[in-house]
Amino acid sequence: MALTYDVIIIGAGPAGLAAAIEAKKTGAQRVLIIERNNEPGGILTQCIHNGFGSVIFKKDLPGPSYAHNFITQAREVEIEMLFDTMVIDITPNRSIYATSKNGFMEFQAGAIVLAMGCRERTRSQIRIPGTRPAGVFTAGMVQRMVNIENLMPGKNFVILGSGDIGMIMARRLTLEGANVIKVVELMPYLTGLRRNYVQCLQDFNIPLELSTTIKTINGNNRVESVETLKVDESLKQIPGTEQIIPCDSVLLSVGLIPENELSKKAGVILDPLTGGPEVDEKMATNIPGIFAAGNAVTIYDLVDYVSEAGFTAGRNAALFASGNTISPADTIKILPGENVRTVVPQAINKQLSGNQVLIELRVTKDFPSPVKIELTDGDNVVLAFREKYARPAEMITLKINPELFMEKTAGISGALKVRAL
Amino acid sequence: MTKKFICIRCPKGCEITTTLDGSGVITEITGNNCKLGIDYVKAELSDPRRTLTTTVEVIEGELPLCPVWTESPIPKDKIKELADALRAIKITAPVKINQIVLENALGTGVNVVAEREINKHSTLAD
Repeated sequence: MALTYDVIIIGAGPAGLAAAIEAKKTGAQRVLIIERNNEPGGILTQCIHNGFGSVIFKKDLPGPSYAHNFITQAREVEIEMLFDTMVIDITPNRSIYATSKNGFMEFQAGAIVLAMGCRERTRSQIRIPGTRPAGVFTAGMVQRMVNIENLMPGKNFVILGSGDIGMIMARRLTLEGANVIKVVELMPYLTGLRRNYVQCLQDFNIPLELSTTIKTINGNNRVESVETLKVDESLKQIPGTEQIIPCDSVLLSVGLIPENELSKKAGVILDPLTGGPEVDEKMATNIPGIFAAGNAVTIYDLVDYVSEAGFTAGRNAALFASGNTISPADTIKILPGENVRTVVPQAINKQLSGNQVLIELRVTKDFPSPVKIELTDGDNVVLAFREKYARPAEMITLKINPELFMEKTAGISGALKVRAL
Repeated sequence: MTKKFICIRCPKGCEITTTLDGSGVITEITGNNCKLGIDYVKAELSDPRRTLTTTVEVIEGELPLCPVWTESPIPKDKIKELADALRAIKITAPVKINQIVLENALGTGVNVVAEREINKHSTLAD
């Protein structure tokens, strides 16, 4: 027999914990989180560095402490949590099937929040040629080995990708006695936050080479060397710039992909640009009663914003479960326009309630000087914002008053485009 | 003379330019978006500090390691030395969050504390 809950959340990471707490506070009676790991916290448990919490707690916290605050709150409001349990299927009418060492389980949810987080892009996804020796790792995998499992996977590292996890692991490995030879980055710019360049690379004299990639990985049983080379502005390899670097390990920090195998099974429509579900400002997907939040929707820079998306999804999931929801009004589609790579949400309801509308976007190129972010309807500029700068590595959040949004978009029937100029 | 900095006090990472006169006194600071930037640059020029986050071994814990951090930043040149010192420290589970792991680390006046709870390992089979 199916176990019945008002709201079921898939994943006990930052998005799922926030969603559960807010669902309960909004009035959902029975709230359950199903988690594959043996404890809550998600990826935060291995992110032992500080830099979390500046928005939500107005404090600088390490990942495990940030998670601890949410775990404590979840226990206080009596969120049920199932660990070592893996959801294997979700249906559009909100049945959930899971397995654990206790066997097969069936659940029925009034509403569901998808909070599965993301996965790391691997070597095969970026197709680095060469042999296939041991010693090629994703950065997050090494982070888990070093910070949780007490394992040191190598001595001499080359890191591909200047994402935050890559830079943070460069520092971590150095502090644990490894030699990080260099970080190479394909793009002509840093892909992670600049403060991490300062405190993780510069402080430890670890060189960063931009517009550089790994041409081949060499070695029989274990990595013996990598061959790097320069690329031009169009990312084409420049012959003659090859360099052989002896090393025993390669760390990949080459991007994250929202995890949505379950979303697909439930019939949730994914945005090919973000890799996550298409959502509206309530974090509702196209399937009634199925909501999504966090890195499963789009890759965030800061965990604080993941938690905030979790709050929104949890609140609206609880309202849906209680039948207390505004019938779906017309929506306005929000599409990326000129110089914009991704936009979340992908649609905004024409009928809005009290909460501020957030539009989160990423630009495609560096804008070092003031930049205009505009919402346009054809040639018409509907709303305009000004940012001091814009970088592909940093998500831009537009906060819009709901009344203003409704006033400005009244009469718009099609889609709004977001552009950066 | 001018010196450039990237502020690390928040995720924004403001690029800050500082002008110094002949005796090293700051005459101008530009590029910061808030007061934290001014504090940061002043500290970088006189007493640069960083927060250390690392792990220590746990005896009888559910996990082999406990993440720890300095309660406040310590002089930058002591980071590596403190990381090495903490590698020799073992604590016994259960561990409470913010429990002091090393008091007055290397004489800096700063305590190193646990970032999370770690329960005692259960001796019963699952």
